[in-house]
Amino acid sequence: MQRILDIARDKAASTALIIGVFVFWEIFCLAANISDILLPRPTQIIGALVKFWPAIWPHTYQTLYTTLVGFGFGVAIGVAIGVLIGSSRLAYDTAYPLLVGFSSIPKVAVVPIFVLWYGAGTVPAILTAMIICIFPIVVNVATGIATVEPELEDVMKTLKASKLDILWNVSLPRAMPYFFASLKVAIALAFVGSVVAETVASNRGIGNMMMIASSSFNVPLVFAGLFVLAGLGVSLYAIFSLIEYRITGWAHRKTDLAAS
Amino acid sequence: MNVMTAAVSIAAPVARPFIAFEQASVTFGRGEKAVQALQPTDLTIAEGDFVALVGPSGCGKSTILKMVSELLKPSSGYVFIGGREIGANPIRIGMAYQNPTLLPWLNIRDNVMLPLKIVPPFRGEFSAKRKGEFRDRVEALLAQVGLAGFGDKYPWQLSGGMMQRANLCRALIHDPELLLLDEPFGALDQFTREELWAIMQDLWLSKKLTVLLVTHDLREAAYLANRICVMSARPGRILDDSPVNMPRPRTIEMTFQPDFVALNQRLRAMIVGARGGTGIVNHPPGQG
Repeated sequence: MQRILDIARDKAASTALIIGVFVFWEIFCLAANISDILLPRPTQIIGALVKFWPAIWPHTYQTLYTTLVGFGFGVAIGVAIGVLIGSSRLAYDTAYPLLVGFSSIPKVAVVPIFVLWYGAGTVPAILTAMIICIFPIVVNVATGIATVEPELEDVMKTLKASKLDILWNVSLPRAMPYFFASLKVAIALAFVGSVVAETVASNRGIGNMMMIASSSFNVPLVFAGLFVLAGLGVSLYAIFSLIEYRITGWAHRKTDLAAS
Repeated sequence: MNVMTAAVSIAAPVARPFIAFEQASVTFGRGEKAVQALQPTDLTIAEGDFVALVGPSGCGKSTILKMVSELLKPSSGYVFIGGREIGANPIRIGMAYQNPTLLPWLNIRDNVMLPLKIVPPFRGEFSAKRKGEFRDRVEALLAQVGLAGFGDKYPWQLSGGMMQRANLCRALIHDPELLLLDEPFGALDQFTREELWAIMQDLWLSKKLTVLLVTHDLREAAYLANRICVMSARPGRILDDSPVNMPRPRTIEMTFQPDFVALNQRLRAMIVGARGGTGIVNHPPGQG
């Protein structure tokens, strides 16, 4: 009972903070008489969101589509590289410097190259979303796999377990909490990647819509685009948190799992 | 308990000892940086025996364990297990460390069952028998170490002593011919440790397996083992090999009797000597 009250209080506090920020924003704009060309009020933004929704929806769909496809490829490639690097010292030493170099390139800078290769549109957005979210997944999966306790590995080797046995029964499950932590980072980054690509070179997607809206000084619509992106990001984050909790509950001890 | 006599007498008919080190040495690194961990060592262990290795820290006790478990090859000399050189032997080995390393995402039953998933011939039958025969087998073993009814618990819900019991079960579930224990009770409090000694002795008496125990605790070695090998400081070698002539099953009370205490004191003096024999104290100043 005490715990339920605690949770309710936590949620109440965070909800209150969110509402408080928007109320403050609204009042501040009204009191300081700020033009909606500079900073529209939340009510104006929501108004724009409702008014333009039929036009916003296809862009939302496009951004969600490119982000998720890019994210999906990114996860698949990231996990594959992470498993390889995490389970082999040689692969780690060989590939890590290249990966670090690769990851330190600002991903925005490669969008023109993708456009050059594939033309403006969906593909550059997918690719940008993909490459931007590979690295955190690789690092986390590799860390999870490489930090298996040496004693446990010895126990497994003494049982004549093959590398695949160890990977399947020990390393991969052990890397799951690291993997999900990286998914939450990666999904946010994937949105960055797809929106940047849309902004630079596309005629669809939220990024593109915001570009057009800002060039016609429809600032409430620009902010409405931000709200949509925030909404998508939060929803996906929540979904992954839920899956994470279901799959890696063992890593969050003393929670419901321990009580049941 | 009649099983006990059987376990001791089984050593007789084996031609070659179950485990034999013949001038086996281990050196880590090469050239100038080479560190000899183990001097050429002869050691034989009969099938069904219970041998304890004691000695100062870093004396190569774990190195010997690693060679027996085939995680490490001798730099020179030979190690024979079951009459064959290591690397070529199909014997089943169970291993338990001080750190229980139970998998936190599996409950105790599945943790204990893990070797059955990996070691043949159980491996092939695993999916068919995991809910039936294997499950009963795990429950029986858990009951034997006093963990009956804990199969559904997760490792973090158990105390350190209970986790170590589960760890022992995991090392024994696949009926190993050889059990290797690397300071398995080192992190436990005195009373839990003594409780686990008794459990370990019962397991050994009932299962007729060969056990090699590495420990810092001389009382533990003398309580559990048939033979105690004392090792010198690095580079390790075996200084002394003493039988423990105490009747089985042994009790904690016996560990306070005069001849038991005398054995302990003799071993202790030997280890203190071994520590003093090397270490920083004897290095001439200015060297290196």
